[in-house]
Amino acid sequence: MIRASLLPAAGLLLLAAAGTAHADGSGSATLDAVKARGQLVCGVEGSTPGFSIPDSQGVYRGLDVDGCKAVAAAILGDSSKVKYVPLTSTNRFTALQAAEIDVLIRETTWTMGREASLGAEFAGINFYDGTGFIVKTAQGIKSAKELDGASVCVQPGTSTELAIADYFRQAKLKFTPILIDNYPELQAAFISGRCDVLSNDSSALATFRATQAKPADFMLLPEIISKEPLGPMVRKGDDKWFDIIRWTYFAQLIAEEHGLTSATIDAAATSQEPEVRRFLGLEGDLGKALGLDNKWAYNAIKQVGNAAEIWDRNMTPLGVPRGINALWNKGGLMYAPPMR
Amino acid sequence: MSGTTADPRLAAPRLAPRRPIRLSWSDGRFRNIVYQILVLAGFVLVLRYLVGNTMMNLEARHIATGFGFLDSTSGMPLGETILPYTAGVSTYGRALTDGVLNTLKVAVIGVVLATVLGTLIGIARLSPNWLLSKLAAIYVEFLRDIPLLLQLLFWYVLLQGLPAPKKAISLFGAVFLSNRGIRIPQLNWEDAHSFALLACAVGILGSVLWAKYAKRRQDATGIRPPVWPVSLALIVGLPVVVWAVLGAPWDWELPALKGFNFQGGGTVTPEYAALLTGLVIYTASYIAEIVRSGIQAVAHGQWEAAQALGLHRGKILRLVVLPQALRVIVPPMTSQYLNLTKNSSLAVAIGYQDVVSVASTTLNQTGQAIEGITIIMVVYLSISLSISLFMNWYNARIALVER
Repeated sequence: MIRASLLPAAGLLLLAAAGTAHADGSGSATLDAVKARGQLVCGVEGSTPGFSIPDSQGVYRGLDVDGCKAVAAAILGDSSKVKYVPLTSTNRFTALQAAEIDVLIRETTWTMGREASLGAEFAGINFYDGTGFIVKTAQGIKSAKELDGASVCVQPGTSTELAIADYFRQAKLKFTPILIDNYPELQAAFISGRCDVLSNDSSALATFRATQAKPADFMLLPEIISKEPLGPMVRKGDDKWFDIIRWTYFAQLIAEEHGLTSATIDAAATSQEPEVRRFLGLEGDLGKALGLDNKWAYNAIKQVGNAAEIWDRNMTPLGVPRGINALWNKGGLMYAPPMR
Repeated sequence: MSGTTADPRLAAPRLAPRRPIRLSWSDGRFRNIVYQILVLAGFVLVLRYLVGNTMMNLEARHIATGFGFLDSTSGMPLGETILPYTAGVSTYGRALTDGVLNTLKVAVIGVVLATVLGTLIGIARLSPNWLLSKLAAIYVEFLRDIPLLLQLLFWYVLLQGLPAPKKAISLFGAVFLSNRGIRIPQLNWEDAHSFALLACAVGILGSVLWAKYAKRRQDATGIRPPVWPVSLALIVGLPVVVWAVLGAPWDWELPALKGFNFQGGGTVTPEYAALLTGLVIYTASYIAEIVRSGIQAVAHGQWEAAQALGLHRGKILRLVVLPQALRVIVPPMTSQYLNLTKNSSLAVAIGYQDVVSVASTTLNQTGQAIEGITIIMVVYLSISLSISLFMNWYNARIALVER
């Protein structure tokens, strides 16, 4: 009898490990845990150039990594106090649900299904993307319409997987999915010819192409078959934590809007512009309202930079144009509500 | 506990009469009961905490529970399936069923092939031929020392190294080897083939009954009626006759290059081939050692005694050595079969969609982590218990009856 009832219990451990209700403290169990630990635990992808990948010294770099760093700077005042947990496309949500990580910034697409059923929610969009295809130039394919009967390499458990299934069904084309969880191995399978096409977010495909020895051997197809808004994800039920993640990201956009960079933010202390003064914590108590220090936004920008700096550091070297990811007043979609 | 069992020896009148339990710490039986109550209470408390905490967390995050998601439409594509499956049309329940069938496809064929290969290598290691026995020894020592995951990746990368479909290696223009897998001709299945298969099953049943009858005749009269010719006629001859009577359809669909890949014919994907090869070769190295130890466990005197009775070599092996060797071989073999089945979950690493792969994508798409993990556990538990039950039954059948 004992053995039989142990089985479901083992399964329940998954979620039972997640934090219990918070009694006192800031009102946010996650924030209290991060402060007590003195470290932010951030779930990342860990192998995509431009988003998150360790450099030759083993230091994580990328757009998502800078997102983690900004949060650590805002909460702990030190952007280096982050532990990065590389996650695959299939284990990322379980890791978030079970509180193995505080926040998931891992090229994760905001979809209704995920927000409604995964017990997690998206705090914003840090990258507007879309599903694309890359093929070998030698194959002579010019359009996704010619892909009937092709083998398509794709990561399982992604929104890409669902998007291409929809696309091929709608276009009445046949395809064979080759599903490999580990992204470097998936890329290797594509290069070796196990599949004809590699499908992913088009930004990731562009960085894949840029990092190959001969980029001209590979060609992105013109079709972008889905909207893939990527953003940071947090557990539901901790609204204060949600606010911190969302506004740390908005702070990067607001700083860019006001021309505040890591180099110029110290000089801005003399500014008389009300929003800049609130931003720097010189006026008002917005930081305290989040449960943080009033210098939270200053720390995030001083140590990590604003949205434009983060883009230039991570995406520009790979040749990814900013396009719709520019600020709203520069022809893009990035828009932050006012800080007041 | 022992005091409450209905062991007839305890009930025998020769035993001292049972004295009542004293409510004292110096009474061993009283102590036992107290300990057991404490353990049970602790277990219930832990379970209550786990379940309660889980429910609270699920509620806090608005995660639905239950297995209702099995009936909802699944958008994930599957690479190879046994039952027909269409992404966006079929349900998660069907996807998981296909995952379970894919696991069984690897496990069942893997167990059979690993047993054959392992037995051959185990016997080869005992061979008086120096080269053969040393090769078998190298095989065993080499392959059981390399982690299975590494071997799987090795086979997968090796199969990816085959040429592209347009330059596929062709055998007799019918079988094609490429990095998309092995394409083989496929028989166009017709009713006649189904009936022939049915006739084959009837033939097997018939030959088993015939063998039993033959044994009874031999016991009664000392004359053994022919068994093998009759069995052969029943198992092979009967289906052939049925097939011929129904018009002998014999159409093969040959694979042909069309577009990106070969169309038509049957296919063995590189993922399946790599997984099966890796599992069989790895597990065979353990089985070889089990077979070797089993045969060596039979004393040499048994061979000599059987020879002295005038039995020939085949009969010695079948009637004297093997029954005694199997007694040693079967129990550890069960463990190897279970290992092979469970190791098949490494399929995730090379993109073969077994039940673990499908279930983890499902729980990723639906957020039903607890249900997904429960399904995986139930599936492996059922498969493992079935193997154990079968092997225990077989073990009891071949056990040496000591008189």
